[in-house]
Amino acid sequence: MITREEKFGWVLASPYIIYFIIISAFPIIFSLILMFMRWNMLSSMQFIGLQNFFTLFQDPLFWKALINTFTFLIIHIPLQICLALLISALLNSPDLIWKSFFRSTFFMPVVISGVVVTLLWKQLYSTETGLLNNILLGMSLEKIPWLTSTKIAMPAIAIMATWKNLGLYIVILLAGLQNIPRSLYEAADIDGANKIQQFFHITIPMVNPTLITVIVLSTIGGFSLFIEPYIMTGGGPLNSTLSTNLYIYQQAFSFYKMGYAATLGFMMAFVIFLVVMLQRKYIEREI
Amino acid sequence: MKIKLLKYFGYLILVIFAITFIYPFLWMISATLKPEIEIQYPNLIPSEFSLKSYYNVFMKIPIGRAFFNSVFVSGSVTALVLIFSSMVGYALAQLKFRGRELLFSIMLLTMMIPFQVTLIPMYVLMVKFGWVNTYMALIFPAMISVFGIFLLRQYFKAFPKALIEVARLDGCSELYIVFKLVWPNSIPALVTVGIITFMNSWNDVLWPIIVIRKQELMTMPQMVTLFATGGQADAQMGTILAAATLLAIPVVVLYLIFQRQFIESMASSGIKG
Repeated sequence: MITREEKFGWVLASPYIIYFIIISAFPIIFSLILMFMRWNMLSSMQFIGLQNFFTLFQDPLFWKALINTFTFLIIHIPLQICLALLISALLNSPDLIWKSFFRSTFFMPVVISGVVVTLLWKQLYSTETGLLNNILLGMSLEKIPWLTSTKIAMPAIAIMATWKNLGLYIVILLAGLQNIPRSLYEAADIDGANKIQQFFHITIPMVNPTLITVIVLSTIGGFSLFIEPYIMTGGGPLNSTLSTNLYIYQQAFSFYKMGYAATLGFMMAFVIFLVVMLQRKYIEREI
Repeated sequence: MKIKLLKYFGYLILVIFAITFIYPFLWMISATLKPEIEIQYPNLIPSEFSLKSYYNVFMKIPIGRAFFNSVFVSGSVTALVLIFSSMVGYALAQLKFRGRELLFSIMLLTMMIPFQVTLIPMYVLMVKFGWVNTYMALIFPAMISVFGIFLLRQYFKAFPKALIEVARLDGCSELYIVFKLVWPNSIPALVTVGIITFMNSWNDVLWPIIVIRKQELMTMPQMVTLFATGGQADAQMGTILAAATLLAIPVVVLYLIFQRQFIESMASSGIKG
């Protein structure tokens, strides 16, 4: 006996069920199969066993892209967390005027397309005619080859990404800070603790759960680095800004190595999973 | 005295940061109105105004068509996400049926799969469906949002069961209940889902680059990207930045109107644009 409610439950949920089958279940299964195949989408699929995995482990460009992506994360995440923490703590002072103006300003780059932000910064970073170098020259400093040096290009992209996403993390942390009871600070005032002590002994421990969310979110976001190097450098100079996603894109859509690209995708899912697990374990124990 | 000094120092930091966030955008707009030779300098007021950069954009690429495509795709995606998320969210929140909990767990699980895994099979699927170079490729994969379902389910749970029972006794269908009874009482949640969906859809560029090759079907971010990187802009910085400005304007206008909703939506969802 199927009740009316039962029937309508399935009817109303059906859009998701159909979507799940086509857009989630099928691609995952297909991806699992592709990992053991050689396929360029034109000729028929060819089973090659674990060949894709052997290729991956001996592929210097993949490891380079992985190291590049980690370089990006190692600069981007700490910089972003520290700045977001500093600014959100300042914005949380009780008698701050223009609070919503500051908040809206920092949030602006978050809503704007990464394409716009990247094109803007590409100009700012330009070695010969870029605004940043012109300002440096104006202060009688040396020009910096922002995007043309293999050592500086990835850090430059990390700085830009921090500028783009900072507002989001400020707003998330601010929400966390506002949940800390004022009475804790008042008690600390009475006990004679100064603002700096209060920041490290009340604010940081109390905001810790939000901090973990922010770190995990920015890690997952960082692993999806694609359009910034795609527009700014095309992965250069000398592959120094080739991110893992850009590499997967090239393997799939420039060389049509579908099986290998699927293997790379799974490998990255595994790496992301591992990094996030380690972060959670480590941070929860430390703080 | 010491506390006051600390406070002024705090203001100083905030103001410096605010300048580093506002100035580049102002400079970008000014660069689109300057003569090309002047772009490298930090002045915000051009020595002579010119709309030549914008004229170049309109002459070289069908940016108007791209604007229409973006509006059409993002508008359709947002409307479909709101409709489908409401139906599924309502079923999960208010209807008891076998498999409901299972469905919910599956959803949680799929949220954790990085898109790197599904990207290639999705492209293959679009090829097999014959959807490459069609609007379907841009709309279909985006028309269900698990985040939207979650958020609306949470919101709909608080809707009084008694009202739904009364509506049923009056002979209303479940679809009528969702769209005529629950919707008018869920405006804030619908606005949140709508804003985030529209913004993500408007700014998406990786997927369009993969499935669209025909210029007349490109959305704005893709067209501007290819224009800037493909050499069509003749390395004219003013022209490239004019295209970028045109791409930014619609979202910026929406942001200036709905600032609070944008910020609160994104903060509560914690997802990245």
